[in-house]
Amino acid sequence: MTTAPVLNRRDFLKTGAAGGAALVVAFHLPGSAYAAAEDQEKKPANPLNAWVRITPDNRVTLILGKSEMGQGAMTALPMILAEEMYLDWKQVSVEQAPTNPKIYDHGTGGSGSVAGSWVPLRRAGAAAREMLITAAAQHWNVSRDTCKPQDGGVLHGARKQFLTYGELAADASKLPVPDFNTVPLKNSDDFTIVGHDRKRFEAAAKATGAAKFGIDSRTAAMEYAVIARCPVFGGKVAKFDATKAKAVPGVRDVISIDAVGEGAFTSGGIVVLANNSWAAIQGRKALNITWDEGPNAAESSESLRKHFIENAAKPGKTVRNDGDADAALSSATKKIEVVYELPFAPHACMEPMNCTVHIRPDGAEAWVPTQAPQWAQEIIAKVSGLPLEKVDVHTTLMGGGFGRRYQADFVMEAAQVAKVTGKPVQVLWTREDDMQHDFYRPASYHKMQGAVDAQGKVAAWKHFQSSTSIAAVWDKNGKEKPEASEFATAAFIPYETPNFRVEYALAHSGVPRAWWRSVEHSSSGFVVETFVDELAASAGVDPLKFRLQLIGADRKIPDFTNPKENKPLDTARLKAVLRLAAEKAEWGKPLPKGVGRGVAGYFSFESYTAAVAEASVENGQVHIHRIVYAVDCGRPVNPAGVVAQVESAAVYALSAMTKDAITIDRGRVVQSNFNDYDMPRMKDMPKIEVHVVMSKEDPTGIGEPGLPVVAPAVGNAVFASTGKRLRRLPIKPEDLA
Amino acid sequence: MATTFTLNGKSQTVDVSPDVPLLWVLRDTLNMTGTKFGCGMALCGACTVHINGEATRSCITPISSVAGKKITTIEGLSANGTHPVQQAWIAEDVPQCGYCQSGQIMSAVALLSKKPNPTDAEIDDFMSGNICRCGTYQRIRKAIHRAAGKPASQSKSA
Repeated sequence: MTTAPVLNRRDFLKTGAAGGAALVVAFHLPGSAYAAAEDQEKKPANPLNAWVRITPDNRVTLILGKSEMGQGAMTALPMILAEEMYLDWKQVSVEQAPTNPKIYDHGTGGSGSVAGSWVPLRRAGAAAREMLITAAAQHWNVSRDTCKPQDGGVLHGARKQFLTYGELAADASKLPVPDFNTVPLKNSDDFTIVGHDRKRFEAAAKATGAAKFGIDSRTAAMEYAVIARCPVFGGKVAKFDATKAKAVPGVRDVISIDAVGEGAFTSGGIVVLANNSWAAIQGRKALNITWDEGPNAAESSESLRKHFIENAAKPGKTVRNDGDADAALSSATKKIEVVYELPFAPHACMEPMNCTVHIRPDGAEAWVPTQAPQWAQEIIAKVSGLPLEKVDVHTTLMGGGFGRRYQADFVMEAAQVAKVTGKPVQVLWTREDDMQHDFYRPASYHKMQGAVDAQGKVAAWKHFQSSTSIAAVWDKNGKEKPEASEFATAAFIPYETPNFRVEYALAHSGVPRAWWRSVEHSSSGFVVETFVDELAASAGVDPLKFRLQLIGADRKIPDFTNPKENKPLDTARLKAVLRLAAEKAEWGKPLPKGVGRGVAGYFSFESYTAAVAEASVENGQVHIHRIVYAVDCGRPVNPAGVVAQVESAAVYALSAMTKDAITIDRGRVVQSNFNDYDMPRMKDMPKIEVHVVMSKEDPTGIGEPGLPVVAPAVGNAVFASTGKRLRRLPIKPEDLA
Repeated sequence: MATTFTLNGKSQTVDVSPDVPLLWVLRDTLNMTGTKFGCGMALCGACTVHINGEATRSCITPISSVAGKKITTIEGLSANGTHPVQQAWIAEDVPQCGYCQSGQIMSAVALLSKKPNPTDAEIDDFMSGNICRCGTYQRIRKAIHRAAGKPASQSKSA
């Protein structure tokens, strides 16, 4: 084994966010408080203030330090606190934390809401409970050992006396905070909340229209703004005339804002301010702008593909090299060489990007649908010149996030506008803005070469990838290692392969890229799990049996991308989900004529997923009948929430597989709305079944791991049905002919 | 120009340009933000309201066209979430991010008013104008069956 380990996703989120802040600093904004806050070791705060608030009526408000974007953090995280506190779920309310990175680890991404909060929230809940028990013991003047937490209060067994937490909270909050490292945690055999389905805390608000998303923020005297951005990435305003725009009824002013950061961070543009959204949109249409289209105006999907092919004709940079793949390939009798291609993909959150900010001389307030509230706070502080503690950032509900709202471009724009106007302003993106100014899942190109020997083992596996890279967006100084963030399981496949080589070549593009649900796994999963199916077909072995054989003995494979973190792939767990999905899908049982079955198994965000899909092709169209999942994400805190996340990831994957792509022409995005970038609708839905392993391991990610297996499982089912191998996404009719 | 209509049972007059879509009158003029902006082109259904009982995309409906008509929004379905469709949505734990759900519910209510016991195929057909990016479709189908007062069929709503 050679070459350096590469970053994993969580590290990358940290460096990605920090990289963004560094760009801010580089562009004439003073200070580095954000970086300081991020680096600061979080000291455990008094849990009876930071995490739990109890009122005398014994209502318990649990504080949510992560953002809710549909992934269910607002329910699952309070469940962990409630469990350790022996609360009755009915007495629980949930409140979004104020933005304070000294106390809360706000950043919400990397499928880490539950996984990253599991231990800290158990400790916080346990510490609160211990303080309440001590307060009760002191009140009764008895030994702590005779006091037990129960149903939201403390019971003194011998005297049959009971005090509610509401009665104890005032005294308890003055007690010393227990050491979080030694505070006793509840025995998991006694769990009554964790591991049991709980309905979404905010479901009723979302069924009545009462739920407030960022776009629903309203303050007195608020102005509405839309921004004309150069349609070509990296372009800027050459000149503009706002006369006609200012004449539109309701339009109040037209201003310009500068681009911030390099290239893709924000593009700047002409801002139309109005007394309602519609007037601002109409005013923007009336602008007369001449654009300086900049250096990317000639880029197209065709030119990028040509660039990929040129890259693939040369050796790439070595990412991993075990044995000698080239020698094994040249001596093999049966070998495969194929190419896989994936396009840019948009997040397309249902709630378009928006941000509402009011910058006053003495302080600022903002309502932000964000996965990174601390970054929003930092940006507003820097733009306004106010200290961090004078910037109140309210994290709102989000109409989808999927990684898009880990960016802060929309916050920067709103802060720039609010700084100029001094009034509350909501910067609203239209659907067209959202579709055409996203940070897309990178387009990538994969040349795969492999060979199977006479025993049905993989003799060689060679993977050349060229991609537009996420890392390259964030650091243009040549210091980054773009190849680092573009591989995950593709660089440590679970299949025993003595001769394994992975190469990379960066492809240059002006199109902004970032984290799209499951990030590099969305590409790696498709390529690796389709290619192994191709090798199985070449060997003439059943694709499920082939995988199980190649995964081989129970063992832990170190994460090649980050061995230091000691989060290996456990082959026993991977095989278990493959077997469970196969069993539930009745693998091997005859299907109706024309229907094929395909399988895929994958490891991402420390979780194990397998899917078996059933598909057929009729009249040149793929029909997906059923997807059966087995997932092992450690202990499922809210099993119903796990199922919902996996179903959701399946639909997100099906969108990118069966619907549209983002294509580039003349340096800009061709698609603009749901007419030319459509997504799955109810009539397109296969039946999806999710079987959750009731593991007792610590929880791991689940917001994203359901995604990578879908495209390969469906593609492999199409192959089983028709003999046609799908090697590029989304599916094109000519690939089925 | 003043336009008068009935909004959630009460007479409402607004003084805005006649071409302003109903969506923005609701959201910006009246601060009724339950009705959502998704696409502005009647492609996603997030802005669905009822006009004289018909499910209508408010994002392309000029305010002048609703003069004298009866409009119901998500806020007007019930005083506190007690409409049978809202109750079914809560019971089936339908929402994820929830942004599209106002529109989904308004479409579902309109469907059930026409077809009190829809089949899966009828649900799929009627509801396919509403996009849910979180993919809550299976639970939406179950909730519609629940609101219709019959158990979810076994065919696709497992």
